[in-house]
Amino acid sequence: MSDDAAPGGAAAAAGLTGTRTSRAAEAAGRGVMNFSLGLLILAAFWWLGGYLIAMNPKTQSFAGFGLVQTLQSFPELWNLGKLQKAIAASGYRLGGGMSIAIAIGVPLGIIMGRSKRFRDLSNSAFQFLRMISPLSWMPIAVFVFKAWDDSIIFLIAVASGWPVMFSTAAGLAKVDPAWFKVARNLGAKPIQMLTQIILPAISFDIFTGIRLALGVAWVVLVPAELLGVTSGLGYAIKDARETLSYDHLTAMVLTIGIIGYTLDTVCALLIKRFSWHRGDA
Amino acid sequence: MAIRGVNINIQGLGYRYSSRGKPTFSNLMLESKRGEALAIIGRSGCGKSTLLHIIAGLNRPTEGTMHFDDKKIEGPSSRWVMMFQAPHLFPWMKVSQNVGVGLGFAGWPEKEKRERVDEALRLVELQDYAETNVQDLSGGQQQRVALARSLVMEPELLLLDEPFSALDAFTRASLQRDVRSIAKRLGFNLIIVTHDIDEAVLMADRALIMAGAPGKIVHEFEVPLDDPRQRQDPAVQAMRARLLDAFHSAAQVAGAPKEKLDEADTESNSVSQHA
Repeated sequence: MSDDAAPGGAAAAAGLTGTRTSRAAEAAGRGVMNFSLGLLILAAFWWLGGYLIAMNPKTQSFAGFGLVQTLQSFPELWNLGKLQKAIAASGYRLGGGMSIAIAIGVPLGIIMGRSKRFRDLSNSAFQFLRMISPLSWMPIAVFVFKAWDDSIIFLIAVASGWPVMFSTAAGLAKVDPAWFKVARNLGAKPIQMLTQIILPAISFDIFTGIRLALGVAWVVLVPAELLGVTSGLGYAIKDARETLSYDHLTAMVLTIGIIGYTLDTVCALLIKRFSWHRGDA
Repeated sequence: MAIRGVNINIQGLGYRYSSRGKPTFSNLMLESKRGEALAIIGRSGCGKSTLLHIIAGLNRPTEGTMHFDDKKIEGPSSRWVMMFQAPHLFPWMKVSQNVGVGLGFAGWPEKEKRERVDEALRLVELQDYAETNVQDLSGGQQQRVALARSLVMEPELLLLDEPFSALDAFTRASLQRDVRSIAKRLGFNLIIVTHDIDEAVLMADRALIMAGAPGKIVHEFEVPLDDPRQRQDPAVQAMRARLLDAFHSAAQVAGAPKEKLDEADTESNSVSQHA
């Protein structure tokens, strides 16, 4: 009965997995090396720029922007509790805005992907709203919401909802319609169709959308925090500028970069974890 | 596995894609007894796949009724399962998960589900591949997983829509033999839609030829051959010749061009030469 077996059968499949693992380890090693080298080059330029600023009497007062001074300011910021407070405040706003974006974007994306009527009706309105800069909603948000925090969460949700929604819809449009037919044939109820067929089938696209949205949200968060609020990484930058603490300012900028990069890496790992496409793993 | 077939009674079945459009077929009558393997042969566009989708409950007929053992059929059910031309496996699931997906939909407890899945995998001889990702399987193995996914539901009726046409001749021959043998062993009905005459002769107890627009059943043949059926067996060859003649005459009545008439013959010959 096994006339149609793949050459070598299960052993071949195991061998294939082994080859894939060694290739993945090789690629990971190369990735770590490139990552470290890239950061080293960036640090070298930064150090050189800081050194030139410090050496020039005309720019000496801006020496705090240098690499060494910035790194030295981290323990101070940590001991004062400024760093933790700023990260916690920004994290709360980012988490709130992203949660709303995902909670609204994924279901709307699924409806867009499944219903041509809804897609046709909503496309022009959504494309129009998407093109409005999120920060231009700020005055309206301040009128509508009592707390500044809520206004910023709203801005982040507005900015990050679109990538989640459009990516989800695009993912569903690519799904093989025969999967729905097979699932229906095997007795899938609507909720099972959603949780066991639709969501796993488009998980790659949802996480890709979340990754894009996170990038947009992170970019919107800092300028939004420059207005009105008295906490968060954006506010900390403004505060450092006003007190001429340039080392603190660059430390906060560096923190924004590190957190943004970490969040993006986590998203990339989640995409890899949930992707079933061959070649993504 | 305890499977029993079903008595099928279809009366006055008709279907049209749009209310103003021409019917795909109309007033179609079909009966099949418990455990029978029925082949429906016809060239593309005669409505045989549409008929199969309606029997599976995936499309609703515009006229007529269907009864399985006196129960009126109005929608899909895991008791009558369809196998498609492509396996359409879920690539994010392992082999065992693909096979057990229907049992999961039906809320089976994990332990019983596991046992049924193992049994179905043994039936299609893929027990060593339970934990393999379906994307690592050959086309034939994937179609076997699709077969196990259907069998695990213990269907009364298995509907096959040209399920082996995308496979190479050797794999196709092996699956044709195995599906018939499993169906006979477990006792469920088979309805196979195909344009491959050999497939009909090798798998069916009875073959119906569908032709025309709107489509209708124009010929009916008993296929009283012993199992296992071998292509080179003179009785199989004779049956094949009879079906082919009937197929050609039906297609001529329906006004098919000459090249279309030769399609089924060419396909049958290619399989005969390979297997």
